Amino acid sequence: MYTFDIERPATIAEAVNALGGETMPLSGGQTLIPTLKARLASPDKLVSLAGVSEMQGISLDGGILTIGGTTVHADVATNGSYPALSQLAANIGDPAVRNRGTIGGSIANNDPAACYPAAALASGATIVTNTREIAADDYFLGMFDTALEEGEIVTAVKFPIPEKANYQKFVQPASRFALVGVFVAKTSDGVRVAVTGASNEGVHRWNAAEDALAADFSAAALEGLTVSSDDMISDLHGSPEYRAHLVKVMTARAVSAAS
Amino acid sequence: MPKDDGIGAATVRREDVRFLTGAGQYTDDIKAYGETAAVFARSTVANGIIKSIDTTAAAAMPGVLAIFTGEDFVEVGGNPAGWLINSRDGTPMHEPKRPVLAHGKVRHVGDAYAAVIAETVEQAKNAAEAIEADIEELEAIVNMKDALAGSNFVHDEIGTNQCFDWGWIEDNREATDAAIKGAHHVTTLELVNNRLVPNAMEPRSSRAEYRAANDEYVLHTTSQNPHLTRLLISAFVLGIPENKLTVIAPDVGGGFGSKIYHYGEEALVLAAAKKLGRPVTWTADRSEAFLTDAHGRDHVTKIELALDEDGNFLAFRTETLANVGAYLSNFATATPTFLHGTLMAGNYTVPNVYVNVKAVFTNTAPVDAYRGAGRPEATYSLERVIDKAAREIGRDPIELRRQNFIKADQYPFASAAGLEYDSGNYDALMDQMEKVADVAGFAERRKASEAKGLLRGFGVNAYIEACGIAPSNLVGVLGSRVGLYDAATVRVNATGNLSVMVGAHSHGQGHETAFPQVVAEMLGIDAAAIDIVHGDTSKIPFGMGTYGSRSLAVCGSAVVRATEKVINKAKKIAAHMLEVSDGDIEFNDGQFSVAGTDKSVSFGDVALKAYIPHEFPLEDIEPGLEETAFYDPANFTYPSGAYCCEVELDPETGKVTVESMTAVDDFGNVINPMIVTGQVHGGLGQGIGQALLENTTYDENGQLLSASYMDYAMPRADDVPFYTVDHSQGNACTHNPLGVKGCGEAGAIGSPPTVVNAVIDAMQSGGKNVTHIDMPVTPHRVWSAMQNA
Repeated sequence: MYTFDIERPATIAEAVNALGGETMPLSGGQTLIPTLKARLASPDKLVSLAGVSEMQGISLDGGILTIGGTTVHADVATNGSYPALSQLAANIGDPAVRNRGTIGGSIANNDPAACYPAAALASGATIVTNTREIAADDYFLGMFDTALEEGEIVTAVKFPIPEKANYQKFVQPASRFALVGVFVAKTSDGVRVAVTGASNEGVHRWNAAEDALAADFSAAALEGLTVSSDDMISDLHGSPEYRAHLVKVMTARAVSAAS
Repeated sequence: MPKDDGIGAATVRREDVRFLTGAGQYTDDIKAYGETAAVFARSTVANGIIKSIDTTAAAAMPGVLAIFTGEDFVEVGGNPAGWLINSRDGTPMHEPKRPVLAHGKVRHVGDAYAAVIAETVEQAKNAAEAIEADIEELEAIVNMKDALAGSNFVHDEIGTNQCFDWGWIEDNREATDAAIKGAHHVTTLELVNNRLVPNAMEPRSSRAEYRAANDEYVLHTTSQNPHLTRLLISAFVLGIPENKLTVIAPDVGGGFGSKIYHYGEEALVLAAAKKLGRPVTWTADRSEAFLTDAHGRDHVTKIELALDEDGNFLAFRTETLANVGAYLSNFATATPTFLHGTLMAGNYTVPNVYVNVKAVFTNTAPVDAYRGAGRPEATYSLERVIDKAAREIGRDPIELRRQNFIKADQYPFASAAGLEYDSGNYDALMDQMEKVADVAGFAERRKASEAKGLLRGFGVNAYIEACGIAPSNLVGVLGSRVGLYDAATVRVNATGNLSVMVGAHSHGQGHETAFPQVVAEMLGIDAAAIDIVHGDTSKIPFGMGTYGSRSLAVCGSAVVRATEKVINKAKKIAAHMLEVSDGDIEFNDGQFSVAGTDKSVSFGDVALKAYIPHEFPLEDIEPGLEETAFYDPANFTYPSGAYCCEVELDPETGKVTVESMTAVDDFGNVINPMIVTGQVHGGLGQGIGQALLENTTYDENGQLLSASYMDYAMPRADDVPFYTVDHSQGNACTHNPLGVKGCGEAGAIGSPPTVVNAVIDAMQSGGKNVTHIDMPVTPHRVWSAMQNA
């Protein structure tokens, strides 16, 4: 990697102050550090969020699960308040990744094959930053693109816990990111279905499935639906047609497994 | 004594203590005063003309000590091919020069055209990025068929991309053609044996020191065969006299073939160390390993099997295109020919075999021997086409194989592909496999899978391979430019413990445990008193190193011979000590005794006497107790096996999981069953990796798409089942003193066709008439095949 300075603020305010120019925030580093090692990024300074205590921890209040931005996947996996989310976290990467990688880092990076964006979007989560709260529907703008402004950091994510939910991930065999991942959440307001891994547009909702499932929350309700392969990702591991097919299969499995 | 650590004991591997506690000493761990770092500037295009290289700016950067380009090595030799192959028309293969650094042209992504030596790795990387290379990109040659048809050449000076066009056995060609033409049934299969990246855990690393006062060099390097590396550097590349060059392969973190070969980086650090008078170390990062380690496999094959109306095999005819990449790696020409074509009769009494192999240059990384080296390719072709034939003619795949097996009473057996198999019993292996795998219970297990909505397939395979590549006299006639013996020196120290210097190199094989078991058994002493010394050309006799499952069969035999010499001399010393003639001495359990008396001396007493030769008959016996033996085998060894596996296939997603894998192998005698089991496990993992996961993909521009673990799928623990491994059916090798056959590659040879046969069976059971699918059998490929069937 190229040389860089590192700063370790203790508060959100200090962190935000330290950002700007050729700096980058460092959370768990599970994407950023390999990128630096490959010399694919050359920030002058990293601002580590690891010491910001107000961004850590998980709390449950009135059916809302609030997860601090620097909370690692392993802590979400063992929390259990939102079983589908814990199960999702338990299947991200490997133990080393789960003990370093953070929810804020994942949500901020918005990798098109990451798991957390599907959970946030399907749950109707709220992304909390140092300046505002953003509804998930307004936050994810496309592959590696979010509503975050320059210097804005994800300090927490608030998840309303649904009546039923489940996440089904079909893994890309090498990276074990989602080749296709589908998160289904059923609430009193209806059903939300979010798809990751599949589309050039990044994480997105499957509205037709949501409508069908709102009327009949069963795998059978999806039978007449088709998923377009337009805009689906084509790579070494799957064609657009294959990904489109898997979206439907994984959605049906998530519905059947939802609890 | 010492049955707990002699031959046949499952002794725990002593080397694991240092490997598992972080105490291993690898090349990159070796540091001394004045260390410097080498970093290579590598081509980002697959094919290009080097118009100019401007190093001015780079040379002025902080910490930079020296920069080398191809221009600096035009006067030195190329890295040679170790095996001469003649084409069918008698002309020798094309051998374009493989320089230390690319000169004139770059020929694959990752081809090094310059090297920077700096005080630190980061400084060297910064400077390497600042080298201004004007490289005119040319159209890349990637696909082998296009390479043979086109007029764009990887090496302009040879005017073709065909390295050779080899026939085996050319005299069998017409008879094979006739047998196929007149056959009752012919099954044809076109298949790809997918290219693999070796992915040793430790990437390649080389470190050189030059000691000007003595004009001596020391090269530490990740090598499977330090003497061979030294010979190549001395005799072909840099011309450093062998007596002035020590090559040391310390602990090496896996090789799988990729560290057999001499690479340009080794020559570069030697030249740089001399120029600077300081140690120079280069260690590959993982991306360099993907781009520049010699890859494996990469065959495109058409195979035909001819059968008579009763299902007897009449002929196998094979046409293969073998990718050798941009340059000939040291054994690239031997792998698709003599390590592949000679095995194309398999375990069968088939009378006609003909193999045609065209080796093709492309703008891709060099391809060479990788765990199994030619035999996995042979086994995959044979065992896939047999399976396809069984389905076509409606025969049980096990029964069809049994009908055509060489029978136990037919050894030695001259195969139609030119080898003489010394021992085996393929029916017994199949019997044991059917028993331990509970093949009879498959139908019930299939029902249980179907109840879950999954398809279940059963796949079977019978393999034979050739290990301990040999003998020198034969391989010399066939084109080998090296001998294939090995060597050992057994040094009995004065206090009765032993140092055994061996030519084989251990980089995961467990030699440090297994070889002492052999010597302990022969001498009747505790194995803990015996240590193996390996990997250092200044300490060990000239041996050929470790590859082709040869260590125990060839080097182990040299250990036996040297130990026998020690015993013979020790008997003379004992006879002198006991005041009897040599012929009266018996040696048992570490004691030299006089037959019919209670007079005896221990091995330790004799060792001490050898080094403190007071009252010694110096006119008859030299002092000391140290003997060397070189062993050149009489034949290959022929491990064989019967494998089966069961897979579950999810028809909705195409995902295949291997539910069980049974490997019943004939390795001859077994020295350490735990190590043998571990070797089989590792091979099975690599074979399942090839079958289901690993794929090396270049795009049409010669860019490696699968250049990291994000896209190159390595097998992980949860990708493989718990294995059933059985080596109870050994038939001793008849021509080496230990009766051993070699176990290092079998798992990787036997498992790929087993898995693919099972996947086909699963799809067929689901009503999908898929008759072939290429490896790796990814979910996407399975799903696509089932959509189109």
